[in-house]
Amino acid sequence: MKTILEAHPYLIERESADWPAFNCPQDRLMDCLQSLQEEHGFDFLADLTAIDHFDAQPRFEVVYQLFSTERHEYLRIATPCGGDPDPVCPSVVPLWKTANWHEREAYDMFGIEFSGHPDLRRILMWDGYPYHPLRKEFPLAGKEVEFPDEGLREATGKTVLPAPMMGGPFHASQTGSMAKREPRADDESWNEARDRADIQDEENLPPRELRDKH
Amino acid sequence: MTTTTEYGYNSKVEGEVIVSKADAVINWVRRHSVWPMPMGLACCAIELMAAGGSRFDISRFGMEVMRFSPRQSDCMIVAGTVTYKMAQVVRRIYDQMAEPKWVVAMGACASTGGMYRSYATLQGVDRIVPVDVYISGCPPRPEALLDGMMRLQDKIKTESSTRTLLRNRPVRDLTFQKK
Ligand code: SF4
Repeated sequence: MKTILEAHPYLIERESADWPAFNCPQDRLMDCLQSLQEEHGFDFLADLTAIDHFDAQPRFEVVYQLFSTERHEYLRIATPCGGDPDPVCPSVVPLWKTANWHEREAYDMFGIEFSGHPDLRRILMWDGYPYHPLRKEFPLAGKEVEFPDEGLREATGKTVLPAPMMGGPFHASQTGSMAKREPRADDESWNEARDRADIQDEENLPPRELRDKH
Repeated sequence: MTTTTEYGYNSKVEGEVIVSKADAVINWVRRHSVWPMPMGLACCAIELMAAGGSRFDISRFGMEVMRFSPRQSDCMIVAGTVTYKMAQVVRRIYDQMAEPKWVVAMGACASTGGMYRSYATLQGVDRIVPVDVYISGCPPRPEALLDGMMRLQDKIKTESSTRTLLRNRPVRDLTFQKK
């Protein structure tokens, strides 16, 4: 790792729980990744993803997980991605072909524009979907939009509705007896849980109220 | 001493003539040759395949002829999670099936969206196609599927097939919203 830092003095070490990780300014990104691939043996792009920091500036970050198939080492490179609501980042498809679909996914979910990408279309949601679902301001339940297909719209007269969350998201409580933990709706104020006799027990409080209490 | 009761068709009395109701005959034929269209979209499809295998043997009910062409099938078994992107395909295949046709929603996902309460998943296939039988479970065991199919047979039995040749049945909308 020392040799990498010597060759690229602009890299700043980044907090990491496992493998080494560096922050890289976006204007040096292509040089850096190219040299990592050609001179330092990181020949495999294991994953490419993005992070939405919501109110931080710059708001988005693109993260590259590199792997060396010779030395069996991972390396993580993150680059800030300015521009809200339309962040831009250079495409690494010329370096790793596998980045093609990864970048399409990051574009679909976060709306990051990868300049130089050969075919930047949505990959999971349908073409023409107006939102980017993994952005922080997008609710898990979704928003009401038209059905993707005109025939379906005509035949049913329905739209894509937000999914009823029934007080969700559902998760197990982090406190209380382990034997009694089970996935529960975060907010149970709307359902019959109120009427349960044992609601006063701490173990039976809905996760949200338990959190507020502590 | 044993006594025998003659009922139904008696060739000595009736010769080669059977008297019955048209509805009864048509429904009898339809009931015992429900050819499924396996709309296998996720994990439930594995149980659907198991139901087709020799251990559970869906062919006991005349349903072993899984048709992958909508033109030749009578009953669409929606087995799995229906995303909005796939919803248009499901509807198109339903439209391509010839009348009479039935739909079975197999499993939690097809019936209500199941555990996928999210922006990408259709919350119940009854929003886009009319469903005849809902089968609970995640996934339902093959026995549950067979039970559902037998209930479909019972339902076909009571239909008035001579009167309603074309059935344009309505689809439902989400009724289960947070109060
Ligand atoms: S109901 Fe369960 S088993 Fe069936 S498709 Fe949904 S998640 Fe899979």
